Amino acid sequence: MGRYLLRRLLIAIPSVIGISIVLFAVLALAPGDPFGDMATSPDIPPEVREALRVQFGLDDPIPVRYMHWFVAMLHGDWGFSFVSRIDVSRLILERVPTTLAVIGSSQILALLIALPVGIFAAARPYSIFDQLATAFAFIGFSLPTFFTGLLFILLFSIELHWLPFVYRTDIGGSGWPWVWEHVRQAIMPVAVLGLFQGASWTRYVRSAMLDVIRLDYVTTARAKGLSERTVLLKHVVRNALIPVVTLVALQMPAVFGGAIITEQIFRVPGIGSLLINSILANDTPVVMGVTFVFACLVILFNLLADLIYGWLDPRIAYR
Amino acid sequence: MAGSTRVLPTAETEAAKAPAAAGTALAAPVAPGALAVAVPRRRVSPGLDAWRRFRRHRLALASTVILALIIVTVVLGPLWWNVPINDIDFAATLTGPSWHHPFGTDDLGQDLLARVLYGGRISLAVGLTAMLVAVFVGTVVGALAGISRGWLDAGLMWLTDLFLSLPQLPLLLLIIYLFRDALKAVVGAEVGVFVLIVTVIGGFRWMPVARLVRAQFFSLREKEFVEAARALGASPWRQVVHHMLPNALGPVIVAGTIEVAAAIIAESTLSFLGLGFPPDIPSWGRLLYDAKDNLDVAPHWALFPGAAIFLTVLTLNFMGDGLRDTLDPRKVM
Repeated sequence: MGRYLLRRLLIAIPSVIGISIVLFAVLALAPGDPFGDMATSPDIPPEVREALRVQFGLDDPIPVRYMHWFVAMLHGDWGFSFVSRIDVSRLILERVPTTLAVIGSSQILALLIALPVGIFAAARPYSIFDQLATAFAFIGFSLPTFFTGLLFILLFSIELHWLPFVYRTDIGGSGWPWVWEHVRQAIMPVAVLGLFQGASWTRYVRSAMLDVIRLDYVTTARAKGLSERTVLLKHVVRNALIPVVTLVALQMPAVFGGAIITEQIFRVPGIGSLLINSILANDTPVVMGVTFVFACLVILFNLLADLIYGWLDPRIAYR
Repeated sequence: MAGSTRVLPTAETEAAKAPAAAGTALAAPVAPGALAVAVPRRRVSPGLDAWRRFRRHRLALASTVILALIIVTVVLGPLWWNVPINDIDFAATLTGPSWHHPFGTDDLGQDLLARVLYGGRISLAVGLTAMLVAVFVGTVVGALAGISRGWLDAGLMWLTDLFLSLPQLPLLLLIIYLFRDALKAVVGAEVGVFVLIVTVIGGFRWMPVARLVRAQFFSLREKEFVEAARALGASPWRQVVHHMLPNALGPVIVAGTIEVAAAIIAESTLSFLGLGFPPDIPSWGRLLYDAKDNLDVAPHWALFPGAAIFLTVLTLNFMGDGLRDTLDPRKVM
């Protein structure tokens, strides 16, 4: 297992480098000076501007600039926010836990929907339950998250007054009421993201189950007299989950995209809303930092998927 | 034993469907009176056969009809409902649906039906063009990787995997943020934003097509008919364009259909975040963006464009599903 993990880590390194090259290329190809905000400001005299250009190495050849930038990123030196005047790394680190909490709980919700529904639908293919599940799955992933979010606000906040639609960080009080308030305001963002993911995963689980359920070893398990429940849960599900994990890992970028939208709708103070606000405020260092963090998170989750893969399928773990 | 009967429905229904699909082609011309005479069997072209298979998928068929209606309404609708999209009327702001304004009005009193129709043109145009970009890039990359062995294939696949693991939405936003003003200055606001959005969305969604085409080419290039073409001295270009590409088209069409839906969602997302089209070009996403702050007083403002996006994407997804069943030769219907 250790060697497998090490190999996976080594494979992840070129991805990080590749993504950083793409990011830097976008920045370098962009017309105008990304730090032009500072350079054109009349408050800054020309010699200071020159000194800044030299300090940031803006006149160096592009590969040199890339190396400087990449080394600085690795050191955690991500620059200084133009708008809030604090270090980008501090700004981002403050907000990462919120994003991870929202994404994490919505993924758990998605699994709680997709696994039982997908397994049950595959156990009786073309039954009424299966057809209903398929129809709802289609509706679920055809509803874009921004529209579901607005619908939820309209229904649960404006019509029914059940849930707050603005995420607050300054909730007072303590004990259970405080916890309850936090849970209450997290329900809608998590549900929007979780239902969307759950809908597409249901289809994956169902089709993967149907592929495995036809195999001979399943017939053997049934012939041994095992109960249908044991056959499905112990024999079929584990093998069916292998392709599902791959597909889920491929969906990770889309999950983060969904998180950005959800955070923006419900004003959740995570890195997604930080990204949007920084873009609207022309805060280049923060935009670059957040994009890089998103890239690293995608790679991290892919790594995690590889680990789960190794656990589900022992054949590949020790190869 | 009780368990094994559960598998059977799948096997049975598929077995039952198989002769049915073939039967429609074979049994159709056999009319009672014509039995005695040896009627030459009617030829069924691949296109007609595909249509017959597609017709069996009821949801896909219904979706095609609805989608066609949406397209016709959006394309021809403004000719009939010729209220200008930017006709400001402060006497009727934020009014709900009425005979005068079937979809209601927004905060400037602009007619929402006209704006939704106009937005549909934008959204569908973006979806189709971005799909064409994605399919073109994907086919070129996939075909190149599929016919070449060694470093070119490995390099292109590394690139594909890299693009698959990029965080797409943040990068889309970053690129639009960095390039928007420059492009606007060169070709004007409307064309500039359109070109940028289409290129960027297409440029980040070609990977599934590339993988599909490569996989198809891997099996096609070993097939006898390609080998025969090669033996007859066909150039690699001719082998690819005349023999392999047409046979790899099925999955590409399916992916293209889904791609249109994804591109429409991507454009709406950008506009919804305020980074897509400007307010004077109301795409469906832009309408939602403008509507979201008035949700409590004017829910109709968000509901109509939102429903339009949902319906278009849903029908496209169903169509893609139907086409997958139709065009996948391995699948017996």
